[in-house]
Amino acid sequence: MELATKSKITWCPGCPNSAILVSYRKAITELVTEGKLKIENLVSAAGIGCHGKITDYLNTNTFEALHGRVISSATGIKLGNPNLRVVAFTGDGDSLSEGFSHLLHAAERNVGISVFLHNNETFALTTGQATFLSPKGFKGPSTPGGSIDEPMNPALILLSVGATFVARTYALDIEGTKKIMKAAMEHRGFAFVEIIQPCITFFDTRDHYKEVIEPIPEDFPRSDLWAAIAKVREVNKKVPVGIFYQMQKPTFEEKI
Amino acid sequence: MTTQENSQTIRTIGIGGAAGDGIREAGLHLAELFNILGYQSFLSFSYPSLIRGGHNYSRISFSKEKVWNDYSELDVLIALNAESVRLHLHELKKNALVFVERSYANELQDTGATIIPLPFADLAKEINARAVARTTVGIGAFAYISGLTPEKTHDLIFSAFKDVGDEVNATLAEKGYLLAESLAVPKWQDILIETQKEKTEVVDGNKAVGKGFLAAGLDFYFSYPMTPSSSLLHFLAKESLGGKLKTIQPEDEISAINMAIGAAYAGKKAAVGTATGGFALMQEAFSFAGISETPIVALVSQRQGPATGVPTNTSQGDLQFVLHSGHGEFPRIVIAPGDPEESYLAAGNALDLVWKYQMPAIILLDKHLSESSQTAALDSSKIIQKEAKKWSGEEEYQRYQFTEDGISPLAFPGTENAVIKLTSYEHDEFGIATEDTVLVKKMTEKRFKKGEMLAQELSLYETVKIYGDISSDTAILFWGSPKGAILEAVKHLKKQVKVVQILWMEPFDTDRVSKELANISKIISIEGNHNGQLVALLREKTGIVPHHKISRYDSKPFDPTELAKKIDELL
Repeated sequence: MELATKSKITWCPGCPNSAILVSYRKAITELVTEGKLKIENLVSAAGIGCHGKITDYLNTNTFEALHGRVISSATGIKLGNPNLRVVAFTGDGDSLSEGFSHLLHAAERNVGISVFLHNNETFALTTGQATFLSPKGFKGPSTPGGSIDEPMNPALILLSVGATFVARTYALDIEGTKKIMKAAMEHRGFAFVEIIQPCITFFDTRDHYKEVIEPIPEDFPRSDLWAAIAKVREVNKKVPVGIFYQMQKPTFEEKI
Repeated sequence: MTTQENSQTIRTIGIGGAAGDGIREAGLHLAELFNILGYQSFLSFSYPSLIRGGHNYSRISFSKEKVWNDYSELDVLIALNAESVRLHLHELKKNALVFVERSYANELQDTGATIIPLPFADLAKEINARAVARTTVGIGAFAYISGLTPEKTHDLIFSAFKDVGDEVNATLAEKGYLLAESLAVPKWQDILIETQKEKTEVVDGNKAVGKGFLAAGLDFYFSYPMTPSSSLLHFLAKESLGGKLKTIQPEDEISAINMAIGAAYAGKKAAVGTATGGFALMQEAFSFAGISETPIVALVSQRQGPATGVPTNTSQGDLQFVLHSGHGEFPRIVIAPGDPEESYLAAGNALDLVWKYQMPAIILLDKHLSESSQTAALDSSKIIQKEAKKWSGEEEYQRYQFTEDGISPLAFPGTENAVIKLTSYEHDEFGIATEDTVLVKKMTEKRFKKGEMLAQELSLYETVKIYGDISSDTAILFWGSPKGAILEAVKHLKKQVKVVQILWMEPFDTDRVSKELANISKIISIEGNHNGQLVALLREKTGIVPHHKISRYDSKPFDPTELAKKIDELL
């Protein structure tokens, strides 16, 4: 199965987005090999930003949406054909600044799509401005005196609006990311995965995350919402990664 | 000149009260009653943007002949409060009857009108009916003066009110009927007579669009509520309860149209609906449908702008806006119907055409057309249905494959051996983003080629319609909902004129329009906007400049009688 296209990869050499691409291709290959996915039933959608280039590098059905609107389009695709496995790639600019409401509503509705949010804590494709996930004091071309906003915690927000699968992973951990991607794509309902993805050009956090990333235990109680909320908030010293929460409830496409 | 002189043919009833009094429903039931009797009618509804209080007003003109628009001069006024009488006093014809809630009758004695007090509220209370049903007392009184028998009235109310409770309304109508009889209210000379007729229904522009969508096989309707488009959302939501259609109300208009594009990518027929303000929010996605060649239809209903403007009043101020909607250049279809029958065909044909040509379409209505009801015959056999071009499965699938007619074969996700790539970026044939200038140019031309192909098919559709005296050297030019007022007004003019209606704004039928306006020595254009937006389009496409403009931009629709006076001054 050839998952690459003839398109030349234009991410910066060494960009963790390439690691995410590798994880995703591995996840697809394994799901297909295991008989859990027919490749023609996969749609890989994306928004606009560095993350969005992934559609050009995937020899699968793809849908390159408008900036901030991939969640809405992915919802429409899933409604149009509930047999499709729909993955929506997005970024912190794409779904927490521009299209925030769509993300929250899709989670609340439990639309059966997997959302993979590339969190590079900056608007990278537009040369490194602050997003709502940039740390306070972040210096970019639009915040020369440092960002004045506290960053949001996407996993916490998604848990609070009722997402039925919430996970966090680190882009440079290819095996770990692949495993979580597979679990998300196998989840029946709305799955949210925050992928911490250092931007090596505008906000290189690799050294920081190498120190603080900490996988949660295998036996973490995934059905306990309060335990999940407490865990995803622990980002001050160590940054926990793994599947924090998973539960089943009827999906949007089943209910309409 | 007034409709009084033509009163053999057209009579008008006004029903006034506060918001929440069921004024619109009373008008709709009356229209249904006329439909059963074989009469044609036109019902308008005006209301302020609030839920309780204010002045709500239904007005219905009816006749054995087609009624294109309602008239302001009244034969009967049914008023639930004193304000409704005072506001419409100047519109009462000589001999007009005013049925008014009894408690307000005394204070209205100074008006000089024929005030007939009826205890609407008490009669409803007496039989434990809901207060909103009390207008039916007035309809019963009307049935008496129009010469219907008590038995016929009972049967009619039973049929016309079956959706809301026939027994209760039949009882209220009977009480109104008997009261009018006991008060010896003068009856009309020309009584209502039932006749056989072709199958017709009472339908407003929005509902007609919904029925057109359904006839053409709509799968999904995505809409965020906004007056005056919301009644289509309500109609299709109800239709979704049983059928294959699914109606979704997302978090905002932007989500609605992006969902529609997703559903269309998955192979489903999708439409969105909104008012012009909501459509302003959809601009980027409309452009996305253009570059991604995704078939979607947008019902867009105009209201008086700019911004929030006058939310519950009408306007034709957005023709140029929708013609240029979406950034960048790409072909689109814009059809502006003038009545429910045209709205039905526009919706059905547009839903078919967007799949054939893989481009977005707009059906442009306005408040007056969206929310006014009239007797109409909707004929699904007039909707043209064609096969969309599908992938044969033989060669490698390329979503944006170059072809002679610019139309690439369609395939949908879930198809084996096909990789379907849709994108908002400029792209190559496979659907991968490109900045290659040769490809950018070629893809632009490919998309416009589809527009050219569609323009070659214009003769299949009613892009332009002609009424009146086709040999006249004077022509009235218009588009959209003023159709009703204009076709009524021309009945009263001192001179016969040719009337030219333009329905297709894009592609524009330049040949036909030029031909119809050739050899005309005086063109009078009539539009419900300030700038003369059709005038601008006409000049752009044909070089023809109308000699006179009649514009209305106070947010109300044209009135046939006033309009006839204005046209006469220019003849």
